[in-house]
Amino acid sequence: MSIDNIPHADHDIDSFTGVSTTGHAWDGIKELNNPLPRWWLWTFYITIVWAIGYCFAYPSIPLINGATTGFLGWHSRSAVVQSLDALQASRGALMQKLAATPLDQIEKQPELLNFARAAGAAAFANNCAPCHGAGAQGSPGYPNLNANRWLWGGHLDQIYQTILHGVRSGDPKGHQGSMPDFGKAGILTKPQIEQVANYVRSLSGLKTETGIDVAAGGKIFATTCAPCHGKDAKGNTTIGSANLTTKVWLYGSSLQTIENGVTNGHGGVMPYWGGRLDPTTIKALAVFVHTLGGGQ
Amino acid sequence: MTTPNAGGQPVLETGGDDVISGPLYAPGKRLFPQAAHGTFRNIKWAILVLALGVYYGLPFLRWNRGPGEPNQAVLVDIVHRRFYFFFIEIWPQELYYVAGLLILAALILFLMNAVAGRIWCGYLCPQTVWTDLFYAVERLVEGDARRQHQREAEGWTFNNILHTGYKHAVWLIIAWWTGGAWVLYFADAPTLVHQLATFQAPMVAWFTIAILTVLTYILAGFMREQVCIYMCPWPRIQAALTDEDALNVTYRYDRGEPRMSLKTGLAARSHGQAAGDCVDCNQCVAVCPTGVDIRHGSQLGCVQCGLCIDACDAVMQKIHRPRGLIAYDNENNIKRRMAGLPAVYRMIRPRTILYAVAIVLIGAVMLTRLLTRPSDGITVAHDRNPLYVIDADGSVRNAYTVQIVNEQGQPRELEFAVSGLKGAKVQVIGVVGDGPDFPIQVDADNTRDLRVLITGPLKEPPHASIPVTFSVTDPLQKSEMMATDNFKTP
Ligand code: SF4
Ligand code: SF4
Repeated sequence: MSIDNIPHADHDIDSFTGVSTTGHAWDGIKELNNPLPRWWLWTFYITIVWAIGYCFAYPSIPLINGATTGFLGWHSRSAVVQSLDALQASRGALMQKLAATPLDQIEKQPELLNFARAAGAAAFANNCAPCHGAGAQGSPGYPNLNANRWLWGGHLDQIYQTILHGVRSGDPKGHQGSMPDFGKAGILTKPQIEQVANYVRSLSGLKTETGIDVAAGGKIFATTCAPCHGKDAKGNTTIGSANLTTKVWLYGSSLQTIENGVTNGHGGVMPYWGGRLDPTTIKALAVFVHTLGGGQ
Repeated sequence: MTTPNAGGQPVLETGGDDVISGPLYAPGKRLFPQAAHGTFRNIKWAILVLALGVYYGLPFLRWNRGPGEPNQAVLVDIVHRRFYFFFIEIWPQELYYVAGLLILAALILFLMNAVAGRIWCGYLCPQTVWTDLFYAVERLVEGDARRQHQREAEGWTFNNILHTGYKHAVWLIIAWWTGGAWVLYFADAPTLVHQLATFQAPMVAWFTIAILTVLTYILAGFMREQVCIYMCPWPRIQAALTDEDALNVTYRYDRGEPRMSLKTGLAARSHGQAAGDCVDCNQCVAVCPTGVDIRHGSQLGCVQCGLCIDACDAVMQKIHRPRGLIAYDNENNIKRRMAGLPAVYRMIRPRTILYAVAIVLIGAVMLTRLLTRPSDGITVAHDRNPLYVIDADGSVRNAYTVQIVNEQGQPRELEFAVSGLKGAKVQVIGVVGDGPDFPIQVDADNTRDLRVLITGPLKEPPHASIPVTFSVTDPLQKSEMMATDNFKTP
């Protein structure tokens, strides 16, 4: 732009530089009217040309249902698919080895074990941590996966199956069975529930309330609870009944919590991951969980 | 008082009112420095040949490290995260050596600066070296400074287009070679050269070469002294580092002024009048690669390459006056000479001693550390979440990730053990056995991560934090490495 294009510019020439000013002055500081450098101008023009070309080549102009497609046919979804494929390809050798190795052989190969644990840790953080916690430490209602008490079994293949099909997840192959609501259904009365809850606490050496007939609780347990939890209260991993003799508690060990459980029942849900995560990732997850420390 | 000099940048005149005025933006002006001949030019040539020779040639130097290890003397292996430098191999966790090297480099720069100003700028800086090379090419192709001026005046004649094209072609080849040599430090050089020649090199190599080619071409071919004057932080830093004893390229105005032509000078002297040695021939300005007139005193634009010394010495020789009208000197000495005192050169003074001592100290520490560093290592990281786990029977378990490093070129059979917690049960995931020793194989030049579980005996005191020791021993080499961490209870 030359000075002539500026209306009312007084043609004041700066004495030091010999360049005319724009006529604007702030406290005696005048703005020089240097033209834009050529390269800048050209860069600017090129960006305009580029933008127009871009509009034709890529999806750009929003329409009511979507946007213009652009002649390159680029699509963000297919771009994602492409990069996912590339990712799978780049994982390459070890991922394939993991896929091909039988579950029980993985932990015997140091390199594969490390890889599976790393892949499992990443998948765990993305999918499992919201319920089980970042360190798989669990919280009331969500099992601590580090501990060695398992509802559905702590062997590698049992963990794998649980992840694959879930618990009360809607997957027909998933674990079913739940703890009935003995109180609400009217099977046990409130005093009976109190007795049985005290009995259950006594199984793992926890304090019982004074003045409660714990032995009566034991009798109730033998008829009402033992069918699932077993006579020795050690639980049964095929139906997911908890071992009540340990120091590990899914919902908590307070009297109130146990009474609440007997009254209202339990039936937490774990989603199935088969079909959502690929089998190799589920394998890696199983290895990761199994090697946290509680695996059997 | 300020005078825009040949380069167009404002300069500060000594003895003036010490204010820089004038435009902060000055349009770039192409310089046509004349070729200089003399001591400093020769030193610069020698450094140029040596530096470029090392830069272009080093990747091809071989160094035998044994089977399975790269045999390139200097190699930055990004994929495997190793840095090889002759007999030294640096792992990522040892990157502090690089930090140490940088500190050492900074101190050496400080020392050079305290002794003789911007030696780095004048002789060693890649910007200077490549610009020098490009100037040499320019003079070779387009003719000397006078011929270049002529060509500019002639405009785009056929001959000029031909020569300019020729010059840019040579520049681009050098620039391409510069980028090409760079990538050779990151892969096996002969293989990569072969891949480049057959167009099978990885994309990243082409990209890097392209970027560096463009950068070299622009920086050394077009921006040249502008980099030093406007972009580089070093001139600003060195202004803060210099002192009155540092030797800088100095015009000895005590000897040179009043300047006058040779004839007038002879006449004046014969009449017993004062006459300076400077004959105002402007040779010092003509050879200057940054367009500085050193006679205005020490200034930002001057990279202290010493070429004006060569130019001036040649003139002095011709007119039979002593050399050294422009020389490495300082303002103090000029003042002393004017006061009739002998000049003093204080190379050894507290500042230089301090720098030298610091350099020697840091260098010695790094060297000892390098020579005595262990070739294997063990690090332990306690699981942070959860800190401990209570198992079914109520016992407390802690989990750790133990990393064992084998920096040797052969696979090792090591023994791993945990001690410090009586009655504890130790498990290593993936390793059969209950201890106390666990056999661990670590591949050559590799690490192995172990997940270690320690289950404390029942009835561990609450809130305890019990120190435990993790160790690896090499029964063959009789070496042992240890690391400690804590066993935590609720
Ligand atoms: S000013 Fe900067 S770029 Fe120029 S020679 Fe000195 S260090 Fe190099
Ligand atoms: S003034 Fe002299 S020493 Fe400084 S850059 Fe120019 S030629 Fe080199």
